[in-house]
This record gives sequence, structure tokens and C-alpha cells, in this order.
Amino acid sequence: MARAAVRGRLSWRIATVDAVVDETARVRTLVLDVPDWPGHKAGQHLDVRLTAEDGYRAERSYSIASAPGEPVAITVERLDDGEVSPYLTGELRAGDELELRGPVGGYFVWEPRHGGPLLLVAGGSGIVPLRAILREHSRSGSEVPVRLLYSSRSFADVIYRAELDAPAAGVEVAQTLTRAQPDGWTGYARRVDAALLGEVAWPAGENPLAFVCGPTSFVETVAGGLVELGYPPARVKTERFGATGGR
Amino acid sequence: MEALDGNAIGGLLLDVFGTELTTATGVCAHCGAAGVLAELVVYTRAPGTVVRCRSCASVLMVLVEVRGITCVDLSGLERLTV
Repeated sequence: MARAAVRGRLSWRIATVDAVVDETARVRTLVLDVPDWPGHKAGQHLDVRLTAEDGYRAERSYSIASAPGEPVAITVERLDDGEVSPYLTGELRAGDELELRGPVGGYFVWEPRHGGPLLLVAGGSGIVPLRAILREHSRSGSEVPVRLLYSSRSFADVIYRAELDAPAAGVEVAQTLTRAQPDGWTGYARRVDAALLGEVAWPAGENPLAFVCGPTSFVETVAGGLVELGYPPARVKTERFGATGGR
Repeated sequence: MEALDGNAIGGLLLDVFGTELTTATGVCAHCGAAGVLAELVVYTRAPGTVVRCRSCASVLMVLVEVRGITCVDLSGLERLTV
């Protein structure tokens, strides 16, 4: 009772899994039916809470993969030593329930009024909130030009591959595969660094707005590289995933 | 342990303070650097959650949950502007 009196300003809700979509061998999208969802902005996330039979609880934060107005969806990468992601990617089925709270975050958020040109840079599952931004860009009919630079280890690790192969008007997609490339690969085949950013990124003089999401070391490299290219730090929004996948 | 950033604790901060805080600005009591909370260095797997200054690495905030009560130490912050 005391707990209820001092906590719970952001309430946990019970969502139902509507659909499950396999993105890669390790990555799955969960489309959720969330009663009384207040709506979200592109780039926000939500917290998922699992409770074991003995009462032990684990919470993790996941970026929302869908645009505002679309059904809430999260995309989860399975981490073999994880407490939460193996359940979300392996055991959860359509019709199952899930405890969550959100939407959360106001910093790593893009709305059409923020303008651009937009530079989106993703490492691995860092693509998830950027995919929400891409969908919002498309849904809102925004004419802000967008460039996405997406780094994956291999072709099989590319999340949302079909969607990224057919970008909306005004969106340019550049991809790099850092460990292995299939025959005939025409994209980049090296790690993202200042030199690669120099080839892909909007010139700083166009006053671009950048969103960078990925593992911590990736984000540090990209954010540093963009500042080197003349991007003001305030125009480079960052979000770091741990190597452990939890945020 | 790898550092995350303040985006990771948006839900926790919202729960404890009742308002979105990742866009708030914190000023380090040690070096005076000002930073948006979303950009601060966050360790979530410490005993509790530890937020450090991106400039000087001083501890700015510590949040620990004990039996459903969240204890918050903000003594490393000179100022927090929402």
C-alpha cells in the first residue's frame, strides 16, 4: 500500500501480443495491442517488465519500432545470456500478455516540425528507433531529405531489409557490412568512421540534424566523427545500447 | 561494464519524478559542466543506477530501489533544470 502511495505515476499496462514478425535469425518484432496507449513520438521507447513465479523482476527498455498512429511494435534482438530477450524472441506468442510502461523519452525524438535535412546513423539494432523516424517521415508526407547510414555485421543481420531496399521518396539508404559481404554486394564493406561519414553525411553547412543509435562504442565514434565534420554537438542526438542489449 | 546514456533511464526517472526528465539539464557540482540528462553517462548494472558527468566522470545521481522505495541521491548535481 505504501508503495502504491509513493510510486506508480507512470503505470504499467498489460499489452497483448498481436503478431510476431521474424526480422533475422536473432531479431523479432512484436506488434502489440496496448489498451489506452496515449500515443508516442518517433524515437521514443518503452519499458518491458517480466516477473518470475518467485517474484523476481527484470526490466528492459526497448525502442518503439512503429510510427505514431501505427500499432505499437518493438523489435528485440536475442542475447544468448540475456534475462529478458530470449523470452521475448523465443517463447512469446501471439495472444500472450506482456507488462509494459511508456512511452518514455523526449530527447531522441523526431517530429516533422524539427525539420532537417536528416542524417540517421545506425549500428545493428540501433536501426529500430530510426525505422520509426523513417516511417513517421513517410506517413507525415515530410519533404525533409533523409540519409540513412546503417552498419550491420553481415547481410543476414540486416533488420527491416525489405523496407530499406525500397525507401520512400526523399530517403537515401547507404549500408555497410563490416564482417562479411555476399557476392555482388554494392554497399560499403568497412566500419563507420570519420572518412565514411565524410562520404555519406550531409555537409555541415546544410545545418543537418543527426540521430545516432547503436552500441556505445559505435555511437561515440559516429558522434565524434560528425563533430569533426563540423556538426554542432547540439544537432547530434545520440542513444546508446549496451553490448548486453539492455538499455 | 559498458556505459549507456540517460535515454536508458527515462522510464525510471519518469516513475520517480513524475515528469519526463531526459530533456532536463543537469549541472555537475564538481566541474560545472551542463548536460542534457539523455547525454549523461549511465551505468544500470551497478548496485542501483549511477549517472556520471560526461566531462569529469563525477557521480551526479544515484538511484537505488529497496523494497519498493526508490532512494535518490542528487548531491553530485549543482542544479537540475526541467
